[in-house]
Amino acid sequence: MNPTENKSSCANEIDASLRVPLLALFGGAALWLVVGLVLGLIAGIKFHAPEFLSACPLLTYGRVAPAANDAILYGFCIPAALGVMLWIFARLSQMPLALPLVPVVAANLWHLGVLVGLGGILLGESTGHPWLEFPRAAAVLLFAAFMLIAVSAAATFGWRKERTLYPSHWFMFAALLWFPWIYSTANLFLNSNKVPRGVVQSIIGWWFANNLVFVWLALVGVGIAFYLLPKIAGRALANSGYAQFAFLTLILFGTWCGVPVGAPVPAWLPALSSAAAALTIVPLLAILIITIKTVCGACVSCKGGPFCFVKFGMMSFILSGILYISAACPQYSRVLEFTWFGVAQTQLQLLGFAAMILFGAIYELLPQVMGKPLPFPKFAKAHFFITMIGVLLFVVPLLIAGVEQGMKLHSGAAFADANAVALKFLRVSTTGQLLVLLGALLFAANLLVMAIQWKLGVIKCVIAYIKSPLEASETPATTEVKS
Amino acid sequence: MAAFVALGASWCGFVLAPMLQLGGAKQTVILQSADNWPQQRTGDATLGLSVYRAYGCAACHTEQVRQTGAAFEVTLTSLGTQKAADFKDFIKSLMVVPDLATSSNSIVGSLDKWNGELPKTLYSGDDGDVASALADHLKPVGVKTETRIIATGPDIARGWGSRQSVAADYLYDAPVQLGSLRAGPDLANIGVRAPDANWQWQHLYAPKSVTPNSTMPSFKFLFEVRAVGAAPSPDALKLTGAFAPAAGFEVVPKAEAKQLAAYLLSLKANVPLYEAPFTPVTAAK
Repeated sequence: MNPTENKSSCANEIDASLRVPLLALFGGAALWLVVGLVLGLIAGIKFHAPEFLSACPLLTYGRVAPAANDAILYGFCIPAALGVMLWIFARLSQMPLALPLVPVVAANLWHLGVLVGLGGILLGESTGHPWLEFPRAAAVLLFAAFMLIAVSAAATFGWRKERTLYPSHWFMFAALLWFPWIYSTANLFLNSNKVPRGVVQSIIGWWFANNLVFVWLALVGVGIAFYLLPKIAGRALANSGYAQFAFLTLILFGTWCGVPVGAPVPAWLPALSSAAAALTIVPLLAILIITIKTVCGACVSCKGGPFCFVKFGMMSFILSGILYISAACPQYSRVLEFTWFGVAQTQLQLLGFAAMILFGAIYELLPQVMGKPLPFPKFAKAHFFITMIGVLLFVVPLLIAGVEQGMKLHSGAAFADANAVALKFLRVSTTGQLLVLLGALLFAANLLVMAIQWKLGVIKCVIAYIKSPLEASETPATTEVKS
Repeated sequence: MAAFVALGASWCGFVLAPMLQLGGAKQTVILQSADNWPQQRTGDATLGLSVYRAYGCAACHTEQVRQTGAAFEVTLTSLGTQKAADFKDFIKSLMVVPDLATSSNSIVGSLDKWNGELPKTLYSGDDGDVASALADHLKPVGVKTETRIIATGPDIARGWGSRQSVAADYLYDAPVQLGSLRAGPDLANIGVRAPDANWQWQHLYAPKSVTPNSTMPSFKFLFEVRAVGAAPSPDALKLTGAFAPAAGFEVVPKAEAKQLAAYLLSLKANVPLYEAPFTPVTAAK
């Protein structure tokens, strides 16, 4: 099916059904993005001035840094991705969202979970496992919320009018299945009263982190891009046969990455992981070919619009994937492990890839869903350029720092020398963080003003309804309030 | 369906299989010793692991030492009844043995200017087969040698440990915090490198007072600055210069600081194991 053919008679109905759930998901996500980037900036400044806020036990580096990452991933990327997926599922199904009240409840549960989780980390209740820091109470809330949204998405899919499957369906359906699977496994093993002995914890932790940050984000981001790129370009997805191949190889190989090469575990684990990482180049190439063939030659003027966001996101995805694979190669890993290289790759994956594609998708869908243009369209354009420069300034110096630091450490230099090399690059990367934060503020401004305008509109309708109950009983606004 | 199988395969591989292989792991025996490894931590150190987790120390510190290879050293300790000159000839005649032929130059060369002093290093290199063949051939003629295994690699050279970290080292850690970034030094052996609790407290209170180019933030909130009572506290930090408190005051660690230091002192992976052998320095006399 061609995603461009969705201007059917029920488009308005679809948009109306999505309005409240999407505002609930995106509004909170925008706030968490700003919170996460502020926390990240605090963490970054601590490398220039170690005593910055050091008197406050809540804001030690070891608490702020994971809190920042979790706020961006769990606070922004996942709920925003869920919102975009609901929209795509409804559009591809040619159906209004099924059970529209469920995602609204779930969105609030999710954001509550993130609040509890971040509070827990800052108060010292982190589990100590990377990407799984949220304490148990938060994990339960997040899991429940995700399941509710997945039910709504699955119901929309199950009752679809348009029966043909589109490549994005596979990616997004696998994502809906995979997150509950890995999140419940990781929490039941690592966040319970009786944890497994010794390094089994780390192995499960690496498996989870890889599958969340690399595989899950890839499934979601690529799925969204495969819907948006053809839709905006006004042409069909090129080589959609490759898409199925890319999907299957991604979940077949990508899911086995993540165990570091020299890890103190039985040797078959890192060996298997490195081999899987080398094979992950196959889906990356397939996705690259599809993207290039779909985008090249498309007559779309893209001056900071959604198309730009998604294109930049896909470029970051390929780059971050190549960096990830090269870091899993034994020769490079000896130099690159334990350096800023890994941090840079993760940030590129989160901010350069996932967040950029989600920004693009939200700028594309929000005016449609809300039925009116963005309040500050110039902010959206500025957001693209600021974030693009910000991400590059953030990530590229860290990559170089990682390589230099790794070479120093590998050559047996004193630790302080290796650390000093990295510090000058950190100065530049903090500037990049600042720019990304600025971009996020522009994004949040657009989103929150839109949400407030909509709320005021609803309130006006309600007041009008109360003043003249008999005439206004059938207006669409009141049905929205109920839904 | 295919997708389900593909996803499930990695779960079986990286969750189920390690659980089956390592989930029931028990203590192992230390090489050439009857003792078990690792030992359960003391109460304070166990609480300290939780403090380490709560403040997120693993964000900047790893707890794993890497090893790139091993070196072998065969040292002559006694010639028995042989004379030095005869021994030189005997060594030359040994070099036709296939195992030794590859390193014959270095072994014979090491004896060139030797005047019979003991101990004398006969072989030093990364080939374990050469080292064991040499020791095996010298044993029957009444010559005594000692073979040392030395772990090599930048981490070892930096003094961060005497061997690589292995799975057994983390048996009693919950959570296991291997760390992934070295913004600060590795801590796998900090209990060997800095075994003094007062040094650890001082480092936590004011890192620059003990390592001037440290980039670690201070953890002053783990300490109490109070007026010196009738007698100074035995735990008071030995601070000098700009870091010292005002006259009549002393800095004493709170419970969390003591626990954290106890945990750090418990971090010592300094015994040889089957999967990570090395010869402790004291044994090679």
